[in-house]
Amino acid sequence: MQALFENYLAVLLAAGTGCILVITAIIGAKLLAPYSPNREKATPYECGMLPIGRVRTQIHVRYYVYAILFLIFDVEAVFLFPWAVSLVQAGEVALYSMIVFILILGFGLGYAWKKGALEWK
Amino acid sequence: MALVLWGLFGVDMNVWLDAFLRLQLIVIVMTVTVMALIYVERKFVGRIQMRLGPMRTGPYGTLQSVADAVKLLTKEDLRPATADFWLFELAPYVTFVPVFMTLLALPFMEDWGVRDLQLGLFYIVAVSGVTVIGYIMAGWASDNKYALLGAVRSAAQLISYEIPLILAVLAVSMVAGSLNLNDIILQQDTIPNALLQPLPFLILLTATLAELSRRPFDIPIGESEVVGGPWVEYSGIRWSIIFALTEYAGLWGMAVLGSLVFLGGWEFPFGTSGFWGDFDFLYQMALVFAKSSFLILTMMLISATFPRLRIDQLMAFCWKILLPFGFLQIVINGIVLMYLDSEVTRDIALFATSGALLVAMAYVTYLATRQPSREARVAAMVAARSIQ
Repeated sequence: MQALFENYLAVLLAAGTGCILVITAIIGAKLLAPYSPNREKATPYECGMLPIGRVRTQIHVRYYVYAILFLIFDVEAVFLFPWAVSLVQAGEVALYSMIVFILILGFGLGYAWKKGALEWK
Repeated sequence: MALVLWGLFGVDMNVWLDAFLRLQLIVIVMTVTVMALIYVERKFVGRIQMRLGPMRTGPYGTLQSVADAVKLLTKEDLRPATADFWLFELAPYVTFVPVFMTLLALPFMEDWGVRDLQLGLFYIVAVSGVTVIGYIMAGWASDNKYALLGAVRSAAQLISYEIPLILAVLAVSMVAGSLNLNDIILQQDTIPNALLQPLPFLILLTATLAELSRRPFDIPIGESEVVGGPWVEYSGIRWSIIFALTEYAGLWGMAVLGSLVFLGGWEFPFGTSGFWGDFDFLYQMALVFAKSSFLILTMMLISATFPRLRIDQLMAFCWKILLPFGFLQIVINGIVLMYLDSEVTRDIALFATSGALLVAMAYVTYLATRQPSREARVAAMVAARSIQ
C-alpha cells in the first residue's frame, strides 16, 4: 500500500511538472516576444481571405459511429488486461469464456462491417 | 545494485524529493533529446531527398534546433478574437502533459526509471490516450474551419489506432504474464519479444506512427489539405510546445517503449549479470539508446519515403485488417500458453503462429490494395455506362 502511494505520488508530481514546464515556456515567451495585436491578426486564418460563413457547423455522422465502435472495444480492453496477465493461473474456463466474449465482439464488428459502418463514403 | 553515478537515488530519501529529482532529470534529458531529434530528422530526411539539410548554424548545422527554439520563443503569440479563451489556452497542457507522464513509467536502465509501476504498460497506454482530448479542444476552440476539420479527423484516427496498439501490448503482456515493464524486460534475456511476437511488433510500429500523426498517417495535420490541422491558430511558443515538444517527446517515449517491450531493452544480448560490475549501467544505457535509435530511424525512414494515405484507406486498414488480426493473435496466444508447458515448444509455437499470422496479414493487405486488372476496369466502366 505504501509503495502504491509512493508510485502514484510521482504520477501526480509528473502531471504538475508537465504543467509547470508549459507555464514556464509561456511566461518566457510573454517576457521576450513582442505583442502588438490588431484586428487583422485576430481574425482566424483562412488562406488570407476574410473568413466566410460559420465554423461550428454539423460534423458528419461517421465520426460518431467510429467513436461508438471505439468505446465498445476500449471498454473490452479493460476486461482483457486482467485476464491476459493471469491467464495460466485462471485455467481453461477463463480461456474459453474469453474466447466466447471475443467471438461476440467479432460478431459485433462483422455486423458493423456488413451494415457499412466501416466504409468511409 | 549500487550504481556510482546514481548513488544519490539509492539513498533513503524523502519520497517527494526523490520523485522530484528524478523528474527533473527526465525533463533535462527530454529537452535535449527533442532538440537532437529535430536536428536528426531534418538531416536524415534531407539526405533521403538528396539535400544537405541544415548547414549554416554551427558546424554542420548542429545549433539549428537552438536557433529554432530562440526564434519561436521571441515570436508573437496570437489568439483569434473569436476563439474560446479557456479551451484555447488549456489545449497545450492537455496535449503535452500526458506525453510527459508516460515517460515516468519507462525503465531506462536496470533499477532506474522514475517509478517502477506494477501496471506500467497499462498506465502508459491509458495515459497516452488522453492526448486526443487536447487535439479536439484546440480544434474546437480555434474557431477555424481547418482546425475543426483537423480535430475531428485526428479524433477519428487516434481513437481508431489506439485499439490495435492496446491489442499489441496485450499480446506481449500475455506472453510475459505481467504488466510490469521490468518483469517483461527480464524475461527477454535470450529471445526478444519481437521474435516471439512479430505481428504485434509490426502492429505497434504502425499504430505508433498513426498515434503520432507521422507522415504516412498525417491526415489530421496534412499541410496541403488542412494546413496544419488543429494547430493552425497556434503560433510562437505554444505551437512549439504542442508540435515540437509533444510530437518528438512522444516519438522518443514510444520508441523507448518499443525497444523495452519488444527488443529486450537493457537485457537482451548480454543478460543482467553484466561484466563491468558497478558500471553495468553504461552498456545498458548504450543498448537502450541503440535500440530506440533504431526504431526512431525506422519510423523516420517510413515517414520520409511513403506517400500520405487517404482517410478511407487509413480507417479500413485499422478496422478491417489490424483489428481482426490483433484479436486472432490474442486468441491463439491464449491457446498456445494454456496447452504448451515446456518453454522451448511454447516459444517455437508462439513464433510460428505469430509469423504465420504476419504472412497472412501481409497477403490480405496485398489482396485488398491490389489494382484491378485492366480488363476488369474496362468491364466496370462499360457496365457503369450501360446503367446510365
